[in-house]
Amino acid sequence: MLDTLKLPERHYLNNGHGFKSWLLTKDHKRIAIMYLISISVMFLLGGLFAAGVRVELLTPQGDLFLADTYNKFFTMHGVVMVFFFLIPSTPAVLGNFLIPPMIGAKDLAFPRINLLSLYIFWLGAAFFFYALFAGGVDTGWTFYTPFSSFSSNTNVIPTALGAFISGFSSILTGLNFLVTIHRMRAPGLTWFRLPLFVWAHYATSLIQVLGTPVVAITIIMVAVERMFGFGIFDPTRGGDPVLFQHLFWFYSHPAVYIMILPAMGVISEVISTFSRKTIFGYSFVAFSSLAIAVFGFIVWAHHLFVAGISTYSAMVFSFLSFSVAIPSAVKVFNWTATLYKGAISFETPMLYVYGFFGLFLIGGLTGLFLATLGVDIHVHDTYFVVAHFHYIMVGGAIMGYLGGLHFWWPKMTGRMYSEFLSRISAILVFVGFNLTFFPQFILGYMGMPRRYHAYPDEFQVLNVMSSAGAGVLGIGYLLPVIYFLWSLKKGEVAGPNPWGASGMEWQMPSPPPTENFTEQPIVHGEPYEYTPHVAREANLV
Amino acid sequence: MSNAVAHADAHGHAVHHPKLQHHFDTMQQQKEASTLGMWLFLLTEVLFFGGLFLAYMLYRMWYFDAFAEASRDLDIQLGGFNTVVLILSSLTMALGVRAAQTNERKNTVFWLILTIFLGCVFLGVKYVEYSHKFEVGHVPGPNFHSDSVWAAQQQIFFSLYFTMTGLHALHMIIGVVLMSVITWMAYKGKFDSSYYTPVEMAGLYWHFVDLVWIYLFPLLYLVERHN
Repeated sequence: MLDTLKLPERHYLNNGHGFKSWLLTKDHKRIAIMYLISISVMFLLGGLFAAGVRVELLTPQGDLFLADTYNKFFTMHGVVMVFFFLIPSTPAVLGNFLIPPMIGAKDLAFPRINLLSLYIFWLGAAFFFYALFAGGVDTGWTFYTPFSSFSSNTNVIPTALGAFISGFSSILTGLNFLVTIHRMRAPGLTWFRLPLFVWAHYATSLIQVLGTPVVAITIIMVAVERMFGFGIFDPTRGGDPVLFQHLFWFYSHPAVYIMILPAMGVISEVISTFSRKTIFGYSFVAFSSLAIAVFGFIVWAHHLFVAGISTYSAMVFSFLSFSVAIPSAVKVFNWTATLYKGAISFETPMLYVYGFFGLFLIGGLTGLFLATLGVDIHVHDTYFVVAHFHYIMVGGAIMGYLGGLHFWWPKMTGRMYSEFLSRISAILVFVGFNLTFFPQFILGYMGMPRRYHAYPDEFQVLNVMSSAGAGVLGIGYLLPVIYFLWSLKKGEVAGPNPWGASGMEWQMPSPPPTENFTEQPIVHGEPYEYTPHVAREANLV
Repeated sequence: MSNAVAHADAHGHAVHHPKLQHHFDTMQQQKEASTLGMWLFLLTEVLFFGGLFLAYMLYRMWYFDAFAEASRDLDIQLGGFNTVVLILSSLTMALGVRAAQTNERKNTVFWLILTIFLGCVFLGVKYVEYSHKFEVGHVPGPNFHSDSVWAAQQQIFFSLYFTMTGLHALHMIIGVVLMSVITWMAYKGKFDSSYYTPVEMAGLYWHFVDLVWIYLFPLLYLVERHN
């Protein structure tokens, strides 16, 4: 049966050849592929900076880099990973590719703006590369004033402008998704028939549209202060550096939800497919995405507990931060209930989902430690914080992104990758990740501060473990590059629906034609329909 | 080649409006999408300016006396004149949209050109105001000059003044360029009662930029004027 599968004759990848047909395309699928290549390059670059950091921390003395060089390494690691990889990752690649077919549309509402967002992303990256080759930047990815505006003599302006510009790419992506989801749904596709992936992206887009402009204006204020000597955050003129922190975190805390929410959308799709069951508590999972987006906007000051904010506002923000745990837990409980009595199988995307569960659980619960006022004073600015947010941003967001990439790769390319190698890589990522970051919880609790290139001897064993884990993690991330590229030529032909999934995107051929559907699809039923009959059929294939 | 043919076939169904893009079903759907997109864009603009308004609010509460004193150094007549100019330009803009809606090509072009003219008047007046600030040393930074006891905090006021009005002026410049393109399109007869979305969207942008000034004027020019 499988031998007879063939790639469709005409699809979006062979509809026009050459650079021009790609650079001037308005096809959301081609734009998604270009985003995929771009952010993979940035991920590799950010990984190299991380490697530098971990190699330096193998020994207690600062013997590989000078302190200043080390500062630049962790700064550029953060800037690349946050602004040029994590923020665009799932939305710009998977969301771009999948939202139109999931709602039965031919394209996003504004195809040209979609292409523009990619060009803006490249322009922002160009500014970053300029800063990199001009000598780097050392402020930390947070650009705290007054260090960034007056003291640092590195390339703050080009880096900050790079982040500023790439922010507009994120705004335009979010705006495009919101309009598309509102105005382009197929006949019969009511709000509560939408796949949860689409709901998650709707919530994400709200944050992108509402939050990003605030960090943009904050960067402008830092830039005019640094370039023209204006005094908005300058304490010598009565300015307030803490105001910068408020404005910065008003975006940058919700930004974490820009990373994790789309990953949660991926989890909902994958877990339902590989349990052969409808998602448990659909509307709760859908609304918890919106709740996370809303709560995410009112917790920012928990980054400022030791910055001199009033005790009462700290208490309020501590309480509000706890409340984010509720919708997050609602999701995890519903996913677990989805597994219950499902016909579960263990393909690679599902392994990533299991990895996500474990890591997100630890990352989320340690977030509660940090939201607790007393504990935060002890662990603030230590490796405990570093470990916590890596569990969310790497363990959560990247596991979801990779799981989604493995899930929809056959749809995007029409071919299957090596199931054996991909399972190995999923396990390596999980093991390597825990080996890297779990010791950092202990280090942080013991009092090792972040952002130093040297440390006391007694921290060495745990740091060596962490660096070794980073090596394993690196191999786990490199393996997919190899077998994905291999699959493009040699992979088995996947057919339209290799996983037996119920989503509308699986009704298109793989790879899909440029217009996605030859006939306008009409939706008659609920999403995630896996009747016993469907399940049996799928398991037979 | 065969791809191109197949592509044309897939879309060759029924005759539709020449301005209807292939991924929309109806002109109404296309217009609703553009309108929602524009309003969302304006929402991002509100938050973009919002950061500056927050900073303004904080420092005005902390250093009210410095702000009141610095505000009295601004030229209320030029600022007031500019406010009138912008409100007038919103009227001409609205008349332009109306003219496009009712197929009056010449009137559309006339009202749009008048809008551009008023925008340029605003920018010219702003230039005069800025030059004056440079002459008297009210530009924050190393060359800032003030005899007030609040000199340091006045710099914060003028930092915000220049950032807020500068950003607003940048939006005006973008608006003038945008309007010029729209005017050219209107002159070429691209719009009629069945398709005038670009005029309407540009109008929304123009009104928004006006509205920002309506807030900026009292906040910057009218801090405790009665003393």
